[in-house]
Amino acid sequence: MSTIPFRTAREIRDAVSGRSVSAVQVCEHALATIEAANPKLNAFLTVARDRALERARAIDREGHTGLLAGVPVALKDNILTRGVTTTASSRMLQRFVPPYDATVVTRLEAAGAVVMGKTNCDEFAMGSTTENSAFGPSRNPWNPDHISGGSSGGSAVAVASGMSPIALGSDTGGSIRQPASLCGVVGLKPTYGRVSRYGLIAFASSLDQIGPMARTTYDAATALAVLAGPDPCDSTASQEPVADYVGGLTGDIRGVRLGVPGKMLQDGVEAPVRSAFYAALDVLRGRGAELVDIDLPHASYAIATYYVIATAEASSNLARYDGVRYGFRTESAGNLKEMYERTRSQGFGPEVKRRIMLGTYVLSAGYYDAYYLKAQQVRTLVRRDYEQAFQKVDAVAMPTSPTAAFRIGEKIEDPLSLYLTDVFTVSANLAGLPGLSIPCGRTPNRLPIGLQLTGRPFDEATLLRIGDSYERETNWTEENPADAGGS
Amino acid sequence: MPERLTRADVDRIATLARLELTDTEKDLFVHQLSHVLEYAEQIQQIDTTGVPPTSQVLSRMPADRPDEPRAGLTNAEALANAPDPSPQTGLFRVPRVL
Repeated sequence: MSTIPFRTAREIRDAVSGRSVSAVQVCEHALATIEAANPKLNAFLTVARDRALERARAIDREGHTGLLAGVPVALKDNILTRGVTTTASSRMLQRFVPPYDATVVTRLEAAGAVVMGKTNCDEFAMGSTTENSAFGPSRNPWNPDHISGGSSGGSAVAVASGMSPIALGSDTGGSIRQPASLCGVVGLKPTYGRVSRYGLIAFASSLDQIGPMARTTYDAATALAVLAGPDPCDSTASQEPVADYVGGLTGDIRGVRLGVPGKMLQDGVEAPVRSAFYAALDVLRGRGAELVDIDLPHASYAIATYYVIATAEASSNLARYDGVRYGFRTESAGNLKEMYERTRSQGFGPEVKRRIMLGTYVLSAGYYDAYYLKAQQVRTLVRRDYEQAFQKVDAVAMPTSPTAAFRIGEKIEDPLSLYLTDVFTVSANLAGLPGLSIPCGRTPNRLPIGLQLTGRPFDEATLLRIGDSYERETNWTEENPADAGGS
Repeated sequence: MPERLTRADVDRIATLARLELTDTEKDLFVHQLSHVLEYAEQIQQIDTTGVPPTSQVLSRMPADRPDEPRAGLTNAEALANAPDPSPQTGLFRVPRVL
């Protein structure tokens, strides 16, 4: 028998398919790790112990050679799981038990993965710290007084702390990449349409995308290979051919042209983030990448554009929570209108209400043209900036977040200050592009720093090849929070 | 500088959004939403003459699947999460409308 624990999905998959360890042993070890670490870190809201063990036993019984044979996976709690409570970290859905699985869940299980449970996030994926969860914040395993990032914070914590080698998140404005960066793991937001969203609780439908988080780029590539492809249940899931993401990890990035938007990085980036970022570029240049200075002239407008469009779409999507068909309903209402209003006021938390209000305002008569239509036009300009950049370069490099994880509570009183931390991530969603965050350093306080690579539509393969090549020369993904004394 | 939104604006938006806000929430939102809108106004400086709006970013329009009948949720499954189901009639119950 091999020694448990394993670090990566690849090691687990190889051991389970080679029968040197059983899927049940892997599963039991993951359950024990969750039991030990979760009370402190609050990564999981629900642990699907029985479903996981049953699944692991079936894999051992039948044998499995799938890409994720016996690999534990954690799912952000806005991804539907048949028979397993799915809350979106909201009181509104606290007791919601979905009648069907999201397509990504079906695909993961078909590849041999074992669903361990559901992870904490900002309510309805709105936020970048998990402080907007109705069930308390997740904590950063590198320092539990600090935020996990968000909104897919629980998924990032589950991977970083060894509870699960792979987790799924969703990314509307950075919600996979930013928590991955802040917790020191790999996070991939695929191209809009690359992965089916059937069974994802909608936030902003023209921006939302599901993607994997993992310890290594290899594992993220493996997960994407499982997740990507068309889906008869989601007409926005693309028919584009799926590349050989794992086979493309050659380590060779000679001649890859990497765009660096130097002007954007002049202000507002913390010194340790800046120096880790430029050190990472040096590594990539040393491996043969060519660095090209580029300009994204409308990038500074991306946050304003994003918060108009995302809130507008959210106000529309969240109109469905009316206390009639599923979810929370208020106890006290004399008539239907009161029931709607009280249900929504008691069921939604402050950030969700704020965004519904903002979205309703920018869509309302008299303000539509000045805010919503204008933002859609600026969105076109943001896209064009990238199209022009990709005529000269193969990928764009930026830090994922301008800062490392700050303290829990530090920015909660000032929503705008929090929105501004999305500066490097939102434009990929506005333009529909794939984005990868990989660990590239630590602050003096040992908090992780991430490097973000943004690519052409459906060119995840190039991002993964660059990320994997970088990992071959560095060891950020090999360190554990426990080594830092964090947990 | 005066806030971008007044208390009356917040009341109007809350009605449209079917939210019943407390006085404390209203005061907070007047301030916080004004602050965000003030920031968002920067997009109005950009010349977008002749720029088409982007409402979605798919490179090609999605193909429809064949329109064939398939099994959906059963009535019991559809009612299973309802706050006030009526299994006898198979319907969702709501409070009186007026």
